[in-house]
Amino acid sequence: MTQKTVMERLEILADAAKYDASCASSGTAKRNSKGGKGIGSTEGMGICHAYAPDGRCISLLKILLTNHCVFDCHYCINRKSSNTRRARFTPQEVVDLTLAFYRRNYIEGLFLSSGIVKNASHTMEQLIEVARILREEHDFRGYIHLKTIPEADPELVARAGLWADRVSINVELPTVAGLTRLAPDKSATQIEGAMGTLKSAIVEAKDARRRFRSAPKFAPGGQSTQMIVGADAASDADIVGRASALYGRFGLRRVYYSAFSPIPDASAVLPLQRPPLIREHRLYQSDWLMRFYGYAPQEVQQAADDKGMLPLNMDPKLAWALKFRDVFPVDLNRAAREQLLRVPGLGVRAVNAILGARRLRRLRLEDVARLTVSLAKVRPFIVTADWRPTLLTDRSDLQALVAPKRAEQLELFSA
Amino acid sequence: MIPARDHGSGSAPGSGWVVSLAAPDDFDGWREVARQLLRAAIPPEQVRWEAPGGEGADLFAAAARPLPVPPADAPQPRVSRAFVQMAQSAILHGDSARFALLYRLLWRLQSCPRLMEDAADPDVRHIDRLARTVRRDIHKMRAFLRFRVVEEADGQERYVAWFEPEHHILRANAGVFVRRFTQMRWSILTPQGALHWDGEILREGPPAQRSDAPSGDPTEDLWRKYYASTFNPARLKVGAMLKEMPRKYWKNMPEAALIPELVAGAQAREARMVEAGSQAFGERPASLAEVASAIAACRRCAIGCNGTSAVPGEGPRKARLMIVGEQPGDMEEQAGRPFIGPAGQLLRAHLNDTGLDVNAAYVTNAVKHFKFAMTGKRRLHQSPTAGEIDTCRWWVESERALVQPRLILALGASAARAMLGRTVSVQKERGRPHRLEDGTELWITTHPSYLLRLKDDGRQEGGRQIEEARFRDDLRAVAARLRELA
Repeated sequence: MTQKTVMERLEILADAAKYDASCASSGTAKRNSKGGKGIGSTEGMGICHAYAPDGRCISLLKILLTNHCVFDCHYCINRKSSNTRRARFTPQEVVDLTLAFYRRNYIEGLFLSSGIVKNASHTMEQLIEVARILREEHDFRGYIHLKTIPEADPELVARAGLWADRVSINVELPTVAGLTRLAPDKSATQIEGAMGTLKSAIVEAKDARRRFRSAPKFAPGGQSTQMIVGADAASDADIVGRASALYGRFGLRRVYYSAFSPIPDASAVLPLQRPPLIREHRLYQSDWLMRFYGYAPQEVQQAADDKGMLPLNMDPKLAWALKFRDVFPVDLNRAAREQLLRVPGLGVRAVNAILGARRLRRLRLEDVARLTVSLAKVRPFIVTADWRPTLLTDRSDLQALVAPKRAEQLELFSA
Repeated sequence: MIPARDHGSGSAPGSGWVVSLAAPDDFDGWREVARQLLRAAIPPEQVRWEAPGGEGADLFAAAARPLPVPPADAPQPRVSRAFVQMAQSAILHGDSARFALLYRLLWRLQSCPRLMEDAADPDVRHIDRLARTVRRDIHKMRAFLRFRVVEEADGQERYVAWFEPEHHILRANAGVFVRRFTQMRWSILTPQGALHWDGEILREGPPAQRSDAPSGDPTEDLWRKYYASTFNPARLKVGAMLKEMPRKYWKNMPEAALIPELVAGAQAREARMVEAGSQAFGERPASLAEVASAIAACRRCAIGCNGTSAVPGEGPRKARLMIVGEQPGDMEEQAGRPFIGPAGQLLRAHLNDTGLDVNAAYVTNAVKHFKFAMTGKRRLHQSPTAGEIDTCRWWVESERALVQPRLILALGASAARAMLGRTVSVQKERGRPHRLEDGTELWITTHPSYLLRLKDDGRQEGGRQIEEARFRDDLRAVAARLRELA
């Protein structure tokens, strides 16, 4: 077989990596290339250098080192039994590509993952080697995200964090049963064990930095994970519960949800029909409610129906508000921040604006209109100096008044 | 401390002051003048602000006169940090009213120091909008600017970019590029001016044109390939892309030219993936032995994954007749050979009766694995679904391509679907030739297992004897046709 060109291999290995949702380049330590020998900086805020027509941001060069894999996970395009084309890069080739792209301002850095060749530790060593060459030989100061292989030697996992800004291990499926069925070579205990190791390494390094300025940094961008939605039977309530447990136990920066998407050469165990993309969106919204709006996981779960699924035709915050109408209306001129954050249609920024403005004036509806995107959406839930929703919260047709008009996302390929 | 609002000599035209700033992004100049005006208690209505380049100029404005000298004891104005931060961004906006707006806010802040917290105030909202637009423009320049490499006289590389910012953000953005690409020589060319970095010193240059920048870079081919490959056609969300990457930026981004084609191709690509699990089978097997080993490893449908072993076809490599059944049964699966169970024996008996040599025919099945349901200890045959037949078509077509029979006999509806790609009524289509796309002749008849299921109730219509006779008639017609084709 003739050797494939770099172009051909880039095509194969980028295609193989695109099912990982994360492309974040934010939240790491600030640094720049002044006084260094190379290039690169991180300025706190991530930069999305392009957007693909799937609406996803392209911030990092996201590729696999190789898509050869000894594992046989049903949902994965790179599984052993898949008929996909295979390719591999050497660590030096990945380094050259990263630098060439970075110099032209195409990317913020590298997100490197890999199929498992030979064994987990060998693969992990290769990944680390890429990061080492970039950092040591080229003094590269851009962003590096390394996917960590839970089955690898913990010693190697710890080394990954010394070079990388962010490390991640995918829990893959929200339930252990799903993992056992769809990823027979992986073990939930092993995955969680490795996430625990990473967490303690991150915490220890932070602590050491507080005492010794010269202590090495360990994954200053923290760790994240991803789970696939719609490939097993887990309900939204299950997923929300699992996500909040993961946030709590492992101090994760982010949990990514990836709607299972049809892959070429899919295993027959998987559903052919993809879950609606809007389901993934609703899960992200509920994730935000927990992280920025002070909702407890149980409260988000209350917004779900009796099968544990969040409504697709409205956001979880509105669904919760319609279920717990006794909390409303909220007086915008008096209510506490936590209460304001519960009003459907008020985001964190609008709430901050209201808190600032009401120190200087008694808010009227016209003021609220200037502070929010849609007055119609918030009106039934608020009280202002000149407005009180008479009986509105008791109306049975309230949902029709405030919920979005189009009931469901139209499926392109519905029969 | 608070200047009297009615200070000055009325608001008649010509009685105001005209201020010209040195540059459109001259925040320090604006602050200097604004302080002086404020200390002299000149209200906002009496000041006209002009930026260079004719922006906001008024032909009939009063001739410039020196700025008023504030009284020596006038206090230095103080403002909140929030205002200064916002003003530094807002002043970069292209809106020619920005200087006046900033001065009006500064004036109002003297009597209402917490004004900036009132997001419902129209002026505060206005400056906030300007500042946000500018910050977005700054951010998008960091994101969407693309360098192209050129070789300089001394053999070193210089990275040159052409960018068209909407607002006056070039200088404000210089620091980021210096910090990021410190060890690189680079130039950023814009219609408003240029920046050149040589590794140590940042120089400014005059406004540039697109033609001053290089027109391409070989690495862009790799980048475009990456862009196209990282896109997932199963999740088309053009609106989400346009929101963050509006069309106005596309013309200077090498990858953007691919977007229309990717969007147009996406639906077809996803449909292909979904269709029957849409499996990439790769190249056709080169021999019947390769087919046999490939079907043994095939897991493209649920039957393939049920743990049974596949049953390949058998017969001469260049047989003139190819007989296609439905799927291997219990006995066939165990023996690994087609048509050896009860239905197969019935078929062989009838073939002998009609003078067709079964050993001269290539016999195979539409579906290669055995689909069954357990009832007690017995594996009971189950019919394959249309999707499963369609998935398996690849294999039976591969066999057809290798054997190249003159005539194909399809037994039953599943075999007919595997040949035609659509479901037909066996009773309607039997007993006459059909022509397949490649010219091969297809005959359709019932499956012998159907005959086995019929009750032996004499010569009634639909009874076994009648049906067996019709089956034999079909076989005779095939035999006659084969002789004709010889």
